[in-house]
Order: sequence, then C-alpha cells, then structure tokens
Amino acid sequence: MNKDEAHNEMNPAGRRTVLSRGEAAPDINLRCTPDQWLSLKELRGQPVILAFYPADWSPVCGDQMALYNEILSEFQQFNAALIGISVDGTWCHAAFAKDRKLHFPLLADFEPKGAVARLYGVYRDDDGVSERALFVIDPEGIISWSYVSPMGVNPGAAGIISALEELQQRKAA
Amino acid sequence: MIETLGGGSPTSILTLPAPRRDHIRGSIGAPIKMLEYGDFECPFCGHAYPIVKMIEQELGDNLCYAFRHFPLTNMHPRAEHAAEAAEAAGAQGMFWEMHDLLFENQNALEEEDLARYAAMLGLNARRLIAEVLAGAYAMRIREDFKGGIRGGVNGTPTFFINGIRYDGADDELLAALTRAAA
Repeated sequence: MNKDEAHNEMNPAGRRTVLSRGEAAPDINLRCTPDQWLSLKELRGQPVILAFYPADWSPVCGDQMALYNEILSEFQQFNAALIGISVDGTWCHAAFAKDRKLHFPLLADFEPKGAVARLYGVYRDDDGVSERALFVIDPEGIISWSYVSPMGVNPGAAGIISALEELQQRKAA
Repeated sequence: MIETLGGGSPTSILTLPAPRRDHIRGSIGAPIKMLEYGDFECPFCGHAYPIVKMIEQELGDNLCYAFRHFPLTNMHPRAEHAAEAAEAAGAQGMFWEMHDLLFENQNALEEEDLARYAAMLGLNARRLIAEVLAGAYAMRIREDFKGGIRGGVNGTPTFFINGIRYDGADDELLAALTRAAA
C-alpha cells in the first residue's frame, strides 16, 4: 500500500468528516473562466479527479497543479478528467493557469466562499481556504477514493493513479 | 534481465536504486541508498546538485546514489533534450560526466550546447545529437517518469532515502541521510 492511502478520513482539524469512498459526490456547478461554468454532472461517464488546493501561486517546482499538468497524459490513459479547485476567483485562476501553462480547468469556489469545499468536508474555517484534498470520483458519480494531505505537503499523484487503476480493474472484471 | 519500472512493479523498485537499470554512483550494497528524481533545467535541482556532491564526499562508501529522470517539460522546455543527452552520453559510457556538466550549465541547454558538452567529454557528438533528436532514449526517460509518479514523486527534485520520500529541505538532507544510517 502506498503511504498516501493510509491517511485517515478526518481533516487535521477534526471538525468535519471528509467525504469518503462509497459516498455520492455532491454536484458542483462553478465558474471555470470569467464567463464559463462547469458542472460535475457534465463529466458523468468518466472518472473525475477533483483536486482541492489552498491557493494559486505557490512556489513553482513544488507546485501540485504544475505537477498534475505534467502528468495529464497519464490521467488521460484512464480517460479521467482532472479538475483543480480553490477559493481563488476566476481572474486569479486565469492568470495562474496562463503563467503555469495549465491544460485543465480550475474552478473558482469563490462565492459563497468555500461552499463546495464545505460540502466535501475540506474547508478550513480558521484559514479561509480549503485543505489540500484529493477525490477520485467514478463514472457513476460515487467517490472511490479520497485523501487529505498535510497543508505543506504536495501529495503527488501516486494515490490518484492507484485509485484510477482500481476503477479500471473493476470495469474490466 | 534488465529491470523495468512497468505497471505492477513492487513499490520498492520505484523508490530504491535498481542495480540492473539505474545510473548509480557508489556500491549498491551501501547502507544508505538515495534515489533522486530530477530535471536538468529545474533550478531547485540545480540548487540541490552541489549539496548532493558534498553529501557524496561526506558519506563516501556508505552511500549508494542513483539518478532518474523526471523532466517537467511544460515548465522546462529544454529538460527533455537534456535528459536525452545524459542518456546518450551514458550509451557512450559517460552518463555522470554529462549529468554534472548539465547541472553546472543549466542556463545553456540548447542543442549546440549539448553538442559542445559531448565534444568536451571526448564523446562522438554527432552520434549524441542524432540520438537526442531521434528520441532514442525517450522510452527509458518516460519509464523513469512514470515510475516516479507511482512511487510518490511530488515535484523536482524528489529524494528517496532507503525507499522513503524525503519531504524536508535540501540543506537538511545530509542530516536525514546520516540518521538513516544509524
């Protein structure tokens, strides 16, 4: 087992239970650009990787979103869609995505602030940002894996790939 | 048989030096095993490079050090060719010499620079550049990269000490390695 998978399902503050395997993923309908919206429902039929992160503009080479951008082709081999989500607004996301040349959508959980993060149990009230949290959602919209990383630690993608492999095996069985 | 990092590999091969496939400095039997996933154009890897050199001197025969490629090609457009050049130099017996030159010249990684480094090392520069342009070692580099993702690499550089990802600062790497030996 990868060490990423061994994490518990409570967030570090222990205040709210993080949604976990077997639960239906609450629908999301947020702006992905200043004039476009994206909903989770639109992506039914394929696995979805939902990556909550605290804020745009963390340091370059250790940046989680930039790392995922580099391994998009790996995710695509599983026909999986990757979505980043933070409380930053769409203009901030747009500038960040342009600077880092990101090729996947960033959703703005901006108004009401953090509402979606709260639904998934990964909002940090004290900090006003979401946890660094990952959800892999199956093609039917059920959460098949979730993980909350310590704030300062980029979780990488090993856990995501394992979860996608499991979904693929389930489909093949 | 050459070991590979394909699907279904045990996690250990993704995080520990593999003697039959990796570029290794030091003895595979050394008590401290350090595996780096790095990118020749990454400034953080460049920062870590002299620290790793110092660590190798400090730990001597107690260290086995292996390097795998993790080029972040969106961020670093010259990283893939630089990795190819290191592998192509390796095919002519000089992986580590090229590895060092690339890290010492991170701001000069264009094709003509790679050819110049090959010539400096006395390698067949024409062959090296032809292999770089043909992507002769692209599969190998991709395998390193995919193995890194599965092993838990979360940016560059990522170091694994005796199979465990090291999440601390580069400057404290020696202390962590020394603890691993204890």
